[in-house]
Amino acid sequence: MDIRRKDRDYYQKRHENLEKGYDYLVALAGNPNTGKSTVFNALTGLHQHVGNWPGKTVARAEGSFRHMGKRYKLIDLPGTYSLLATATDEEIARNFLLFSRPDVVVIVVDSTALERNLNFVLQVLEIANNVVICLNLVDEAARKGLKVNVKQLSLDLGVFVAPTVANAGKGLNNLVETIAGVASGKIITSPHHFVLRTEIREVLDEVVPQVEKVTGNLPNIRWISMRLLEGDTKIRQALESGELASLAGINQDVSVTKEHKEAELKELFDRMKAAASPIQESLHDYVVSSIYADAEAIASKAVIKVEVPKNDLDAKIDRIVTSRLWGFPIMIALLAVVFWITIEGANVPSQLLAKGLFWLEDQFSLLFGWFGAPLWLEGVVVHGAYRSIAWVVSVMLPPMAIFFPLFTILEDLGYLPRIAFNMDRFFKWAGADGRQTITMCMGFGCNAAGVISCRSINSPRERLIAILTNNFVPCNGRWPTLILMATVFVATVFPSSVSSIAASFILVAVTLVGIAMTFVVSALLSRTLLKGESSFFVLEMPSYRRPQFSRVLYTSVIDRTLKVLYRAVVWAAPAGVLIWVLGNVNVGGESLMTHAAGILSPIGLLIGLDGIILLAYIIAIPANEIVIPTIIMGYMGTGIMTELGSTAELHALFTAQGFTVVTAICLILFSVLHYPCATTTHTIWKETRSAKWTILSNLIPLVVAFLVCFGVAQSLHALEFG
Amino acid sequence: MKLQLSGNSEYKTLAEMKVGERAKVVRLLVEGLTRRRLLDLGLLPGTEVRAVMESPMGDPTAYDIRGSVLALRSEDASKIVVEPLPS
Repeated sequence: MDIRRKDRDYYQKRHENLEKGYDYLVALAGNPNTGKSTVFNALTGLHQHVGNWPGKTVARAEGSFRHMGKRYKLIDLPGTYSLLATATDEEIARNFLLFSRPDVVVIVVDSTALERNLNFVLQVLEIANNVVICLNLVDEAARKGLKVNVKQLSLDLGVFVAPTVANAGKGLNNLVETIAGVASGKIITSPHHFVLRTEIREVLDEVVPQVEKVTGNLPNIRWISMRLLEGDTKIRQALESGELASLAGINQDVSVTKEHKEAELKELFDRMKAAASPIQESLHDYVVSSIYADAEAIASKAVIKVEVPKNDLDAKIDRIVTSRLWGFPIMIALLAVVFWITIEGANVPSQLLAKGLFWLEDQFSLLFGWFGAPLWLEGVVVHGAYRSIAWVVSVMLPPMAIFFPLFTILEDLGYLPRIAFNMDRFFKWAGADGRQTITMCMGFGCNAAGVISCRSINSPRERLIAILTNNFVPCNGRWPTLILMATVFVATVFPSSVSSIAASFILVAVTLVGIAMTFVVSALLSRTLLKGESSFFVLEMPSYRRPQFSRVLYTSVIDRTLKVLYRAVVWAAPAGVLIWVLGNVNVGGESLMTHAAGILSPIGLLIGLDGIILLAYIIAIPANEIVIPTIIMGYMGTGIMTELGSTAELHALFTAQGFTVVTAICLILFSVLHYPCATTTHTIWKETRSAKWTILSNLIPLVVAFLVCFGVAQSLHALEFG
Repeated sequence: MKLQLSGNSEYKTLAEMKVGERAKVVRLLVEGLTRRRLLDLGLLPGTEVRAVMESPMGDPTAYDIRGSVLALRSEDASKIVVEPLPS
């Protein structure tokens, strides 16, 4: 009877899978930092998509691959240390394993820390049969003098073990073969289960039928019962809300009233409590220590210590890069070098790119003329949309194409967790997570990429804080504005001998203002809107690894540069059209732009700016790169976005419009503090799927920018400065 | 929470360990979620740990726990009673 039901379930699921366009569903699970995402990327290549788990701010990556004519869908579960605790990411992983019942579960295991990884493996083996172990980082283990006996491990776990060096592409074919074998049923597994103490097993045997009676035919009912005996609150809540049943695809009996169901569950929970009470020690502790005892035993049998290296180079490097004396100077120096190479290196390519793209604009213009197209069409398409795209691409692409590979090298080396380690104390004060430093560094390249990188922060509360404040670090798109304002206006206040030093100093100062604002707003958020206990903080410090050239290139160019650039272009085109229309449609002898600027002027002046600047910031929301060209266009009344050849010309034009040092300072502050660009906002929406947080991510910086600029402008005016 | 160290004055908490020192976990002084988290990392009674490095700010500290280096904040590390071992 039971078997027939399983058969029916199986065929039904098979049918559903086929409808969805794949043959097998494969889940990828494992501890964090095991190279799980490297395995995921290696298996799926470009066939992947990242979104969020429904209703959660936890990233969900899915992809697909083909093998021998079969289509495999791969779901990357959040990296977790356990399935027994109650954090959101663990809940997601365990619910998926329990109820979405993938055809194969691949557990990626770090060979250098087998014992701890086996703890997780054994937990998964309790609820899934069709498991494949991907024993990753075997090269690193070898360097540490550890050799894993794959056969022994396989024998003890009762499932297949495929050794890999995923970042070098080694062992992946074997892994795929093994996955295919388990999926098709050719490989039979007999997973290890840990043995409960008799008295506990008896209690469990007794309560399972009671649980089944109340909950209906849920899969893994024994496991659920054990969690209820332990007093697991999350499982309890999931039963009460009906989440478990709906995850398992069970139709709930509508004839049963809600009250009745609640009463039934309450009675069940009380009975579980009573059943567990004769057991003296904490059941959870008992379960965890039994699993660890098994993990210890299995690991000690499987791991052969070849040699113990005496002078660990990793430890030596770590002592220096986290030392009281050198920790921060090294960190700042490394980041400064990355920024310097980016800004210096991007200069020439940016100019060449701009030249080429604007030359192309002229050709388009000629083409439109040759076809006899109406002027407004040429204006909208060529001088509006195209010009805006050309601007964004030429300003944005070179720095990103330099910054992200450099940054990805630091990431691949394993240096970034050390930055988080050094900085965590500050973030603890702000109620945030030290990993936020890494997301901020990414934000210097591009805030949209920075927001995406917040996925590395596991706890949802801390992740949201990082997402909402990322915009306070100025991105590559804003640097040209900042540099221009600092050199052309603010530095001129200083004697010419020190003016270039003064300009650099201003850039550093303004960056510090942004960082300070990040801490202030993070602290305010974690004490108000995102109030709550700091999540448990654990930061793994992986061994240093040699960067993988292909991965660096893939991650930085495709994932970080091109995807972000594409989104920016999509937003820049309509903005270009709007800007052109505003500059070229005249009402009552004046362009729409002049009218709009006139309306905005009083507000602009209040915060030390003017109507044109404010308008430029509103219509250039899609991309910070086109703010200055739009301002120049507004000042000159040319109708198309313009750049000026020399700084002297610029200085003269701006000064003629009543632009002062105070205006420049306020423009700098506004540029750093104002709302994120459309691309970033779009990314925040994609990452949070929440209208509330997306709106707040714009509203908070807007309020901050207005308050700061107002304060600064009014006090400088009061001091009769400018 | 007041430490009750069953009379053994040698005991201290993980947070009090200096870099380079080794110790054995005696017990956890915390219940609920944090306890579960610490257990998941393998910090069970009897487990050997070593303080590997300290952040320039003095907190967090990274420990070698069962072969991996994990950084914990002082408020969590102070919930773990350890018995120092000769280094």
